[in-house]
Amino acid sequence: MTYNDKVVRQFVVMTVIWGIVGMLVGVIIAAQLWLPQLNFDIPWLSYGRLRPLHTNAVIFAFGGCALIGTSLYVVQRTCHVRLFAGGLASFVFWGWQLVILSAAVSLPLGFTQGKEYAELEWPIDLLITVVWVAYAVVFFGTIVKRRVSHIYVANWFYAAFILTIALLHIVNNLSLPVNAFKSYGIYTGAVDAMVQWWYGHNAVGFFLTAGFLAMMYYFVPKQAEGPVYSYRLSIVHFWALIGVYMWAGPHHLHYTALPDWVQSIGMVFSLILLAPSWGGMINGVMTLSGHWHKLRTDPVLKFMIVALSFYGMSTFEGPMMSIKTVNALSHYTDWTIGHVHSGALGWVAMMTIGSLYSLIPRLVGEKTMHSVKAVDMHFWIATIGIVLYITSMWIAGVMQGLMWRAFNDDGTLTYTFIETIAATKPYYVIRLLGGLLFLSGMFIMLWNLWKTMLQRPAQEFAAAEPAHWGEQR
Amino acid sequence: MNLTDLNMDLVRGILMVGLIIAFLGMWAWAWSGKRKEVFHEASMLPLEEDNGQIPQESDSRGNGKKDGIEE
Repeated sequence: MTYNDKVVRQFVVMTVIWGIVGMLVGVIIAAQLWLPQLNFDIPWLSYGRLRPLHTNAVIFAFGGCALIGTSLYVVQRTCHVRLFAGGLASFVFWGWQLVILSAAVSLPLGFTQGKEYAELEWPIDLLITVVWVAYAVVFFGTIVKRRVSHIYVANWFYAAFILTIALLHIVNNLSLPVNAFKSYGIYTGAVDAMVQWWYGHNAVGFFLTAGFLAMMYYFVPKQAEGPVYSYRLSIVHFWALIGVYMWAGPHHLHYTALPDWVQSIGMVFSLILLAPSWGGMINGVMTLSGHWHKLRTDPVLKFMIVALSFYGMSTFEGPMMSIKTVNALSHYTDWTIGHVHSGALGWVAMMTIGSLYSLIPRLVGEKTMHSVKAVDMHFWIATIGIVLYITSMWIAGVMQGLMWRAFNDDGTLTYTFIETIAATKPYYVIRLLGGLLFLSGMFIMLWNLWKTMLQRPAQEFAAAEPAHWGEQR
Repeated sequence: MNLTDLNMDLVRGILMVGLIIAFLGMWAWAWSGKRKEVFHEASMLPLEEDNGQIPQESDSRGNGKKDGIEE
């Protein structure tokens, strides 16, 4: 029996490609916020159409390919068994690419459901559902035929990610089609808003957190060459995180028509979330205990430890921003954008990049990438890019919040809205620079991927023998 | 307050207490001495090479120290 790595290799390559595409679109819209003329008066290039293209590309194309690809690698290695239903796994790959291409065409053309992170119209939603069910069959089928009695904790996190995304996707996208390109959601008013942010926040919790925690629980120990700090903490971490996350969504709707008590529940659950988030973060960071010296020579570990640091920072910042009085200042400002990118670039992208740098050489039977120096250079360019991005957005956001709520003695507003935009412009330039740096790091990665994996012939690896520890006797 | 409201409150209360007990029970289960050996084996899974063997240079003690396993 050999492992099925073909589909893993395909997803790994497309992770890097879609990362470049998605981040490039991000850089373009960042430039448009600084210089609006950059949309050249072409509707397809307008900010309103490119922004959902950016979010969909980085979350579902870059993040999605990374999650599906690594999960299909991790589940085989930790179960000592070949992937269930190889043909179906290929369908998951090609189907997911078709979803991404449909998004890349339909969003600039202006087809949208108008729901954040769920913009894709109903035919694409149906395709996503079919591909996702196939993915679930492949993943859980592999778990069922495993040859190790215990299910490793990373697989639990991947499993929670797969099941929850299925639930979120179907409930939030329920709609009545009026033609092939247009549908109306079945929810109305405050219920519509609540369902949307139940979906939106749990997409953060289960797509952008649980799945990447799975990566952490496999690739950080692998790269550190030592087991996770505490396996039993990882189990408490899992149940605490998935138990609490579902209820935090209303913090996106503070001071709206949503009932006040629902807002308060969202705030309280967001604050409680700090505990499991930091439990997991500490478990990841402490895995390096006894291995810290490796940071001097291994830039892959640097990616991972910085990812965990940003995870700790943004999961502290998030609960703070969910407090209503803080939210009164931060909401609708660029502080939110800074917070999101400290999570998306700092945690999600850095953990993905670190995990891929750990995985890619192993797919060709090597220990390290073709150029470790290039990995190190990528690390520094990316880190400086993130710091520029989030600090400029923090300053811009707090400034906007303070300017918007400044009153004169006679009760009139101190600043017009356009004055706040003018004051933000310099920070948009710094953010653009940060984004450009992060994007350029991805090109270094593409070159290194080419040298390490794509220039070598594909290999097949024999699956490990069944393991018998932990079986019921 | 009518009977239906009272019953729903009762159901909610029982549900909440049940979930708290389940969570604490899971915690106790994870920390029980019987699980130590299996968890140690499990924690070594990512360190395996493709052939299922753990390379020499790996530090097998990290998790053991924290979770109270003596080598």
